[in-house]
Amino acid sequence: MTFTVRTYGPDQKPRQGFFTDTSICIGCKACEVACKEWNQVPVQIGGFTGKSYDNTEALGANTWRHVAFIEQRKEMTFADGLVEHAALEQLAAQTGLQTYQEGDGLRWLMASDVCKHCTHAACLDVCPTGALFRTEFDTVVVQDDICNGCGYCVPACPFGVLDQRKDDGRVWKCTLCYDRLKDDMQPACAQACPTDSIQFGELDDLRDRAEQRLAQLTDAGAEKAQLYLADEDDGVGGAHAFFLLLDEPEVYGLPPDPVDVTRNLRTTWSSAAVAAVGLGVGLAVAVFGGRR
Amino acid sequence: MAEQHPVGFQWVIEAKERGATVMHVDPRYTRTSAMADLHVPLRAGSDIAFLGAVINHILENGREFREYVRTYTNARMIVKQEFRDTEELDGLFSGWQPGDGTYEPGSWGLEGGDPPAEDWELEHPRCVFQILKRHYARYTPELVERVCGVPPASFLQIAETLCRNSGRERTSAICYAVGWTHHTTGVQIIRAAAIIQLLLGNIGRPGGGILALRGHANIQGSTDIPTLYDMLPGYIPMPHPECGDDLDCFVGQSGPNAGVWGSLKSYTVSLLKAWWGDAATKENGFCIGHLPRIDGDHSHYAMTQRMIDGLTKGFIVMGQNPAVGSANGAMQRKALAKLDWLVVRDTNEIETAAFWYDTPQTETGEHRPEDIGTEVFFLPAAAHTEKAGTFTNTQRLLQWRHQAVEPPQDARSELWFTYHLMRRIRDKLADSGEERDRPIRDLTWDYPVHGPHDEPDGEAVLREINGRRADGEFVTKSQELAPDGSTTCGSWIHAGIYADGVNQSARRKPASEQNWVAAEWGWAWPGNRRILYNRASADPEGRPWSERKRYVWWSEEKQAWQSLGDEIDFPPGKAPDHVPGDDDTTGMEALRGDAPFILHPDGLGWLYVPSGLADGPLPTHYEPHESPFANSVYAQDRSPTRETFHTADNPYNPSGGEAGAGTFPFVLTTYRLTEHHTAGGMSRSVPHLAELQPELFCEVSPQLAAERGLEHGGWATIATARAAIEARVLVTERIQPLHVAGRTAHQIGLPYHFGRRGLVTGDSANDLLPIVLDLNTHINEFKAATCDIRPGRRPRGPALLAYVEEYRRRAGVSS
Amino acid sequence: MSPANAAAGTRADAGASYYGQPIIKSPVWTAEIPAYFFFGGLAGASAGLAYLSGEGPLARRAWATALAGIAVSAPLLIADLGVPTRFLHMLRMVKVTSPMSVGTWILTGFGAATTGAAAHALTGRLPRTGAACRPAAALLGLPLSTYTGALLAQTSVPVWHEARRHLPVVFAAGAALSAGAAATALTSPEHAAAARRLTMMGAVAELASVHVMERRLGELGEPYRGGQAATFKRLADGLVAAGAVTVAASGRRSRPAAIAGASAVLAGAACERYSIFRAGFQSAADPKYVVGPQRARIAAGKSRGASRKAADTSS
Repeated sequence: MTFTVRTYGPDQKPRQGFFTDTSICIGCKACEVACKEWNQVPVQIGGFTGKSYDNTEALGANTWRHVAFIEQRKEMTFADGLVEHAALEQLAAQTGLQTYQEGDGLRWLMASDVCKHCTHAACLDVCPTGALFRTEFDTVVVQDDICNGCGYCVPACPFGVLDQRKDDGRVWKCTLCYDRLKDDMQPACAQACPTDSIQFGELDDLRDRAEQRLAQLTDAGAEKAQLYLADEDDGVGGAHAFFLLLDEPEVYGLPPDPVDVTRNLRTTWSSAAVAAVGLGVGLAVAVFGGRR
Repeated sequence: MAEQHPVGFQWVIEAKERGATVMHVDPRYTRTSAMADLHVPLRAGSDIAFLGAVINHILENGREFREYVRTYTNARMIVKQEFRDTEELDGLFSGWQPGDGTYEPGSWGLEGGDPPAEDWELEHPRCVFQILKRHYARYTPELVERVCGVPPASFLQIAETLCRNSGRERTSAICYAVGWTHHTTGVQIIRAAAIIQLLLGNIGRPGGGILALRGHANIQGSTDIPTLYDMLPGYIPMPHPECGDDLDCFVGQSGPNAGVWGSLKSYTVSLLKAWWGDAATKENGFCIGHLPRIDGDHSHYAMTQRMIDGLTKGFIVMGQNPAVGSANGAMQRKALAKLDWLVVRDTNEIETAAFWYDTPQTETGEHRPEDIGTEVFFLPAAAHTEKAGTFTNTQRLLQWRHQAVEPPQDARSELWFTYHLMRRIRDKLADSGEERDRPIRDLTWDYPVHGPHDEPDGEAVLREINGRRADGEFVTKSQELAPDGSTTCGSWIHAGIYADGVNQSARRKPASEQNWVAAEWGWAWPGNRRILYNRASADPEGRPWSERKRYVWWSEEKQAWQSLGDEIDFPPGKAPDHVPGDDDTTGMEALRGDAPFILHPDGLGWLYVPSGLADGPLPTHYEPHESPFANSVYAQDRSPTRETFHTADNPYNPSGGEAGAGTFPFVLTTYRLTEHHTAGGMSRSVPHLAELQPELFCEVSPQLAAERGLEHGGWATIATARAAIEARVLVTERIQPLHVAGRTAHQIGLPYHFGRRGLVTGDSANDLLPIVLDLNTHINEFKAATCDIRPGRRPRGPALLAYVEEYRRRAGVSS
Repeated sequence: MSPANAAAGTRADAGASYYGQPIIKSPVWTAEIPAYFFFGGLAGASAGLAYLSGEGPLARRAWATALAGIAVSAPLLIADLGVPTRFLHMLRMVKVTSPMSVGTWILTGFGAATTGAAAHALTGRLPRTGAACRPAAALLGLPLSTYTGALLAQTSVPVWHEARRHLPVVFAAGAALSAGAAATALTSPEHAAAARRLTMMGAVAELASVHVMERRLGELGEPYRGGQAATFKRLADGLVAAGAVTVAASGRRSRPAAIAGASAVLAGAACERYSIFRAGFQSAADPKYVVGPQRARIAAGKSRGASRKAADTSS
C-alpha cells in the first residue's frame, strides 16, 4: 500500500541513491566526518565503547553515517595439517590464494550505515506535520522548520535511523545531501569515500552494478554475500540506499526482514473502527441496558 | 596502508579487483588485513628473519629471475678476499671495531680492478650471488617459525606466491611503512626487501617495486627539500669542515664520479647560485664556504641530549610535537625545560608548547612551572587550507595545493614565518661588516609577497627550485644544469617542475584523458619519472620482458628509447649494447647500456652494499634492543652499531637473556589509527575526529587478558623502565599470541596519538619507549620494545614515580 | 563488557546482534503520552456516556468530565512535543497513514464539540450549539478513544505493532472503564447506575482484552511478564478488579465505597496505559524481539526478501 503521490511533474528527477559495497569498506570513517562537516552535525564525544573500532555506535540525530565494525572468528574448515597442502594446491591452479575468509579464521567486517531512504517510508507515512517529505530525487528529507518534534517517526522506522536531538527538540537524519544533489554534486560521504564503497548514482545503474558485484563475490567464495534492500518487492519497496553485506543483516545491527508498518494500516484502522463501534455499543448497553 | 593511506589504498583494492593477491604481514590484524587475501602475524622486530628466509627460498629453489639478476644487479661482482660474513663471525662482519662501536668497512669492498672482477655465471665462491646464498642459508622456514612465530605453511604461502607472481609475465610490489623504518635495523629490513625485489626482477617494472609509505602527508617533501640537518636539497650531503671552502674537495668527497651523481658539481653549483646569486662566483667556489658545516650528530635525539646538557639553548618547533611524537617523552620534556627559549608554531597549543605547565612531569611534581626558566613563544600557524604550496606524496608525486581562505587573525604559514624572520634578520645586519654575516647578507632573499599579510609567493619559490638557464629560460631537466655557474636550481631532483613556465605540479588532467601512467597529473621527481629505473622494464637487448609488461623499449629505427608515456629513466639515445669507452669514466658516460640503476656509479642494483651503510653489506637478523628473546641465530644478540644513550634519563629494560628481563616479558609495539594524525595535534583538537577515537586503548589477545586479569573495556597500566601509562583495554583476537623459541610471545599494541592537550586526551605511548637508534638514519626503534601490563589505572602524582621506581628496582635498572 | 569479538555469532540463527544493541529506536515520548491516553479515553467515552444519558446529574457530570479530560489532554500533548511552539504544524495536513495526524483532527473536532456541549450542559445556555455539539462530541469521542491504539500499533515496536488488532480494543475498554468510574465517583449513587454498569463492563472488557493481547503476542509479549511493564500491569489488574468489585458490590449503597472503588479503577486504568507504554520501551531495547519474528518469517518462507544471496532463486 503506498500513498506516495508524485507531484513533481517535469521537475521529477531520476531516482538516485547509494549502493554501499561493504566488501571494500576499509573502516576509515571519512564518510562520518564528511557528513558531519558538510551538514554541520553537532559533535558528540562519547567515550571508548570497546565495540571494536566503533565509538559512534549507531545512527541517530547526530550521526547520519555510522561505520560498523564486526570482528569474527570463523571455524577452520579443515584440520591444520591440510592447510599447507590445500594452499599449495590452490597456488598450483592460479597465482591466487585461498581467500582469508575461508582459510584462516579471522574476519573483520566493516560497513557504513545510513538512512535507507525507503521507497515505502514508515517515517514519512506517520509524520503528522508533513515535515518529512519525498524530494524530486525520491529521497526522504526532514524539513527542520516544520518538524515540531512529535517523535512519531522515531519508533516508526524499522531500522532505527531517526532520533530526536535533545537540546533542540527536532528530529534529524540523513538528507542524502539534498542541497548538493540540487547542484548536481554527489553527497559528501560518497565523495569522501576513498575506495568507492559508497557509490552514488541512479538507482537502476546502482542495482545493475550490485548484481554484478554479488555474482563476483559469490563466485570468489563469499557464500554469505547478499544484497540488502535492493529489491522493489521487499518490505520497504526497496531502498534508495541499499547494501551489499557479507553476512546476515542482524550481524550488522540491521533487521533481516524489515517492513514499512503502513503495509498493515488497513488492519490497524479496521481494528480501531471496530473498537470504536464496540465502544459505542457498550456505552449504549450500559446506559439503556439496566432496569430503569 | 588502509589505516594510514586510506586514499592511496583504493588502488590496492582496485588491483585486487583486477586479480591481484594482497598479502599482509604485520604483528596485528588491522584494517589492511581485513582487505587482504592473507594476513600473517609475526613478532615485531623479526622482519629480517622473515625476509631473509624469502631470499633463501628464492635462492635455494632457483626462483630468481636469472637474466635480470645477472645483468642488472651486482650479483656477479666478486668481493674482496678479506671479507668475512656473519656466518663466519657468528653475527658480525669483518672490520668490527669494538672500541668505537662501528665498522671499518674497507674489507667489504669489491675486488674491483679494470675491468672489475666478476663472474657472469654467478658461481665464483666470492661473487655476491654466492655470498648471498651462504649468508641466508640458515634462514629456513623452521627458523622463521622459531624466531618470528610464523608457521612454515603461512611463510611458504607468502614466499611461493611472491615467486610465482614474479618474472617476465608478472610482477609483485612490496609496500612498507614505519613498521620497518622504526627499528635499530630499519635500513637493513628495507634492504632485505630490496634484495628480494632485485632477485625476482621486480624493480623498475610496472606493478613491481617497493613503495615506502611515509609517515605523514608531506614528509616526503620534508626530506626532499630537507628539514634534515645533514642534507641539502635533492639529497646532496651537507658539507663537513674538512674541505673548508674547497668546492671540488666537497664534490670529490660527497659523491661518486659515475652515474647520475657524477654531475654533483652541477647540482651543487646551481644550488649555490640559486641561494647566493651574483655573490657566488667561480673564484669563491660559488660561496660553498657560506654553507654551515656539520661538526657532529645534530639529529633530534642527539640534540635532545645537548639541550639537557645545556649546550643547545634555543629551539624552534614547527609542525612537530616532540613531547608526544618522540621517544622517551620524559626526556623530551626535560630537554625543553632546560632551554633558554622555545618557539612553537602550531594550529593549537600542543603538548610541546604546554610542556611548562601540563605534562606527566608536572602531574608527578618532578617539574614545577615556577622552576622552569624557558621562555616559551607560542605562535599561531596557518592550517593546510590557508596556504599554498606542494605536498609530495609517498611516490615522489608533487601536487600543488591552492590557498582556499586567508588564515585567521595572526595565524601565518611556515613560508611567511621563515621568509619574514630572515628578512628581519637581514635588516638588522644590513650595516654589518662582519665576515660571519656575509652568508646571510649575500642571500638572494627576494621573493615577491602578496595579499593582506604579505605572504611570499610560493610559486616564486617553486620557480627558484626549478631553476633557470643562462638565457633566463626555465630549466627543463637536471641534465641542463652546469658546473660553471650559468644555471641556478634550488633542488636538482625537482628540475623541470616549472618547465615552460608552467607549474607542472598543479596539473590535473583527469584519468579519463590519459593512459594509466597518468604522467600529466601532478609532477614526480626526478624529471616526472613515475617508475624509477624503468630501463629495467626492458631486457638487456632493449626488448620488453613480455608484451604484458611492456613499459620502455629501444627502437632500433629511431635509435632512441620509447615508453608508454613515462619519462625514460635513462639517457634517451644510449643503445642497450653501449659499452663506455676507455675515457668515459665520469657521469652517465661511464655507464653501460644495460645498467639501469643510474644512481649507482656502476649502474647496477646492489644486492650487496659494499659501502655506504654503517651496519653491514647484507641484512642480518638481530633482536630489537629490547626483546624478550635472545638472538637464536647468532651470538651477536642485537645490532652492533645501534646507537644507545646510556644516561640516567634513558634507562633500558633488560633484554633477552639479561638478568631482570622477565620484569618486562611482553613485546610492545606502537601503531596508528586512521582517525588520528601522528602526535594528535591536528586530530585530537578537531571535534569530528576526536569523537571517533576518544580514548587511548591497548590491544591485547584474549590469552594475555586471561593471564594478566585484564578486563575488556576496563583499564590497564603498561610499564617500562621509563614510564607507566594507562589505557583502556580492547581484548581482541586480532592480536594472536605467537609461538617463539619454544614459548609464548604476547604482543601489546598501543596507538601513539594521545597526549594531555586537546578535546580528547590520554597518556602518550611514546613515553614508554627508550631512545635507541639505527645508526644510518638516527631513527628510533618505536616498533619493538618490551613492557609489563597489569589491570587497573595507574597511580597519580608522586605515587606514579614510586610505581615506576619499583619496576626499575625489580629489573635491576639503576635510575 | 564482552570482548570485541562478541559482536555476533558466526551463524545468524544463533541470535546474532550488533553488540546486543537495539535495532529500532525507543520512542522519545515521556509520561505525558500515557497520561494523554488515559485522559483522552476518559474524555471520549464520557462524551458518549453523557450524550446517551440525556439530561440529569449523570449527564452533566459526564460532560464536565469530558471537558476536563480534553482540557488536560491538549496541554499534555503540546508539552510532549520537541518544539511545543510548533504544535499548530499538526494542522498542516490530514494524513490517513498517520494515526497521529488523524487523531489530531479528531481531537480538535472533539474538543470544539465537547466545549459546546459542556457549555450548554453546565450553564443551560446556547441550546442550539449544544444540540449540534452533543452528538458530534459523542460520535468523535469514539474514535478518540481508539485511535491511540492505532497510533502505537503503527510503529515498528514489536510489542505494539504485533498487537495492532488488540490495542484499539484495550484502549476502548479502558476508555469505557475510565468514563464509567469517573461518573460513578462524581455522581450520587441513585443516578449512577449506568455509570456503575459501564464500569463493570469496562473492567471485564479491559481485563479480558489485555489478557488476550498478551497471550496472542507469545514471545513478543515478554515485556508484560517482566520489568516495569509487568509491574504496572499487575497493579492495573489488581486495582481494576478490586475497584470494579467494590463498585459492583457496594457502589449502589455507599457513596464512599463507590468513590473508593471508582478511584481504584481509575488508577488501574492509568496504570494499564503506563504498562503498555513501558512495554514498548522494553520491546524496542532488545534486538531479539525484532530479529526473532523476522527470522521466523524468513524460515517459514513468508518473508518479503529484504536480503538476497546469489543462490536465492526468488527475485
